[in-house]
Amino acid sequence: MGFLTKPRQKRVWYQALGALAINAWLPNWLSGQIFQGKIKGVCVPVLNCYSCPSALGACPIGSIQTFFGGLRFNLSVAEKKFGLYVIGLLGVVGSIIGRMPCGWLCPFGLLQELMHKIPTPKLRVPRFFSSFRYVFLAVLVVALPLLIVDTMGFGQTWFCKWVCPAGTLEAGVPLVLLNEGLRGLVGFMYFWKIGLLVLFLGWMAVSKRPFCRAVCPLGAILGLFNKGSLFRMAVDDEKCTLCDACHKDCPVDIKIYESANSPDCVRCLKCVSSCEYGAISYDFLGKHETAADRRVSGEA
Amino acid sequence: MKRKLPWVLLTIFLALMVAGLLLGEYKMVLEKAVTVCLDCIGIG
Repeated sequence: MGFLTKPRQKRVWYQALGALAINAWLPNWLSGQIFQGKIKGVCVPVLNCYSCPSALGACPIGSIQTFFGGLRFNLSVAEKKFGLYVIGLLGVVGSIIGRMPCGWLCPFGLLQELMHKIPTPKLRVPRFFSSFRYVFLAVLVVALPLLIVDTMGFGQTWFCKWVCPAGTLEAGVPLVLLNEGLRGLVGFMYFWKIGLLVLFLGWMAVSKRPFCRAVCPLGAILGLFNKGSLFRMAVDDEKCTLCDACHKDCPVDIKIYESANSPDCVRCLKCVSSCEYGAISYDFLGKHETAADRRVSGEA
Repeated sequence: MKRKLPWVLLTIFLALMVAGLLLGEYKMVLEKAVTVCLDCIGIG
């Protein structure tokens, strides 16, 4: 089982196990139904559609849009539902580990890393694209659900409806294939979302985790906590030779020696292993580890 | 020096989460999550 202890392969196993654990109700892939147990109110800290047939938990981005979309109606009937549960849960995860779930658990992150292994010409995502995910968060997740409402006062889940390729892949494709009733309802929106999914899949093949970096509103939220979380990355300037090995290995193409706790970092810890000089380390509740420590403990 | 910010953030967000649970928001998330989201699948 030596292959499990190699960090590069080991994280893939965590990601695969995370995807499976979050989507463990596998019999629904045959029936075309979705899981409806009482635990499904628990939001998972990754982008995983709750309409995926096997999803055991709720998508925090879909849930928060539902709260914002229903806020004006709820206020009009004196119903106190503000989305504090979802905001609080994301804040708790963020204040402990920041964006680490993106690097270790997110099924859509795993898909992007696997797609990038396809041998194609590779393209860098321009750095300013990282700002776009805040636009998606502010406009499609917060503003439009709050501001554009129907006659009853309900807003829509704009990000889910117009953009989310995770929902299309994990729920749209299987549910429409497995349900004749849903197949009859397919129209423009479905083909719009399929088209976007195809575009994203192509982009994943040529660029490193483009959705996480330029679009994902959940990554935008969790990334804001990277600088203030209990888990911290650190770069020792005296040991760092600027060899760029960490940058070449980084799945989100960042230079950690420029900003150790950048909001773009998904904390996969590849850089800790790839640094030959032990310059990159992490600290969590007093536990401090560098590449040298990982080698000693048999993880590299 | 011990950093206080993460603990302050953790306390605030834990309080928000508990407040949301006490307001019955879990049930609202559950109700949405157990219904097929037509917007998500591109049919809404």
